[in-house]
Amino acid sequence: MRKPIAIFCTCLAGAVIPAWAGGQALEQGRTIATTGVEGAAACTSCHGANGAGNAAAGFPRLAGLGAGYLAKQLDDMAAGVRPSAVMQPTAKALTPAQRRDVAAYYASLPSPYPEAAAPKADQATPSNRGEWLAIRGDWLNGVPACNQCHGPNGVGVGDAFPALLGQSKAYLAAQLQAWQQGRRSPLPLGLMPAVASRLTAADIDAVSTYYSGLAQSAAEQPDQGGKP
Amino acid sequence: MNHSPRMSISFGARMARCAMLGGLLLALAQACLAADKAAPTFEPPAETDIPDDEFGKVVRQGMRIFVNTPAEAGAFIGNNLNCASCHLDAGRRPKSAPLWAAYVLYPAYRSKNGHVNTLAERLQGCFKYSMNGKAPDAQDPIMVALQTYMYWLARGAPTGVKLAGQGYPKLPEPPRPADYVRGQAVYAQNCALCHGENGGGQKTAKGQWVFPALWGPDSFNWGAGMHQISNAASFIKHNMPLGQDGLLSDQEAWDVAYYMNAHERPQDPRFNGNVEQTRDKYHAKDSLYGHTVNGKVLGAESVPAGGKLRAKSP
Repeated sequence: MRKPIAIFCTCLAGAVIPAWAGGQALEQGRTIATTGVEGAAACTSCHGANGAGNAAAGFPRLAGLGAGYLAKQLDDMAAGVRPSAVMQPTAKALTPAQRRDVAAYYASLPSPYPEAAAPKADQATPSNRGEWLAIRGDWLNGVPACNQCHGPNGVGVGDAFPALLGQSKAYLAAQLQAWQQGRRSPLPLGLMPAVASRLTAADIDAVSTYYSGLAQSAAEQPDQGGKP
Repeated sequence: MNHSPRMSISFGARMARCAMLGGLLLALAQACLAADKAAPTFEPPAETDIPDDEFGKVVRQGMRIFVNTPAEAGAFIGNNLNCASCHLDAGRRPKSAPLWAAYVLYPAYRSKNGHVNTLAERLQGCFKYSMNGKAPDAQDPIMVALQTYMYWLARGAPTGVKLAGQGYPKLPEPPRPADYVRGQAVYAQNCALCHGENGGGQKTAKGQWVFPALWGPDSFNWGAGMHQISNAASFIKHNMPLGQDGLLSDQEAWDVAYYMNAHERPQDPRFNGNVEQTRDKYHAKDSLYGHTVNGKVLGAESVPAGGKLRAKSP
């Protein structure tokens, strides 16, 4: 009768260990986020206690973004592919494993903005350039609608398409300009350099204004998600 | 009367001018003939031109159905695709089977069903096959609205003329026959990011569809035009990845179209219970239906056509 017990124990271990290991990574990520490591200040000191970011300072929202996306940004900032005077030393101070842990931690946090019913593709107003770009794009110039990849209201999709909702105007505009100027990785698939290169300065202003405005109206809703 | 200096030029000079003019006219005529051979271009009216009247209301309703199909026409839609999933930019984009180019080519004889199809019947086919659903009656308000939107987009286009960018322009045959293994590699590198490793598409965390399913139970069925490898290859080549059309070579587009359509999907609504017979009757070319891929006959294990609509009906 020992065999079934051994099998049971093996199954139990197989079921429990990955979850425990995942939990450990999240716990380590949380520690890095809240206390920092040598050479890297706590993420929360700039990105907020719940990872919602700081719009006034242009520090981006991290909560609920894809783990793969966040880890890649840290790698890119450490390597200087995504130049950032503030973030490069911080990212460099983290080991690759720590970057993954802290990325997994922020990916696990709830979005600070509820995923509300979004305007559909037929509800954009042509005269509102930012809304039009977000919902309909500018296909005559080869620009798909932002929401076609980033989801309705730019809530973010999966691991690779980060939320635009909840990012500040300054941050969004700076990223689009960085892609135009080759200061952000073209990965994946060169999607964002292709899109950004077809936007005018006025387009960037309009679409960044649109998404940052959505965040403001979402934050004013009474049933907000992970706000402290 | 104005007396221009030209009136006093010599006869010889006049002759020379006539010769030059003749040459110019000839060149112009040749240019016109060449232009005739090429399909004329057409630009649909801007969205802002939709009139603010009773007619315009129905144009807008058609547009709404087109870009937001499951919500606006749910009673007839079995999957989670939008019309605009395959007809990009709300049916405006050239080489993405634009509506304005389709509108002026109907009624038309179609070998698919062996008779002249009205535009309404053609649209009913979209519901039945591409949307894995069921066809609304020709007089249904949904059908009226879709045709009104198409008519409005085609305003001013010549009737019965193939316009530039119509349909999915045929891609040249690939240098090497389309191949599953190469297609799989193309898919992993260029498509899986959005459509998922298993072709099932992607939703938001709360379950709103963003990237359509390319195969499997949530996609178009075995009767849809996009299951034909040549159609899919052209759509992919000219439109995918979004904003990066032209990234793939013709060969890569053929290979990945083959790979996409070498997977199981909902049954062909014309299925008579026998895969071989259905294959021979409806899938004689350009289709992998009824062929063996990875040890399985495609179509043999299809879920029945109808998708969500089947679950709803008793």
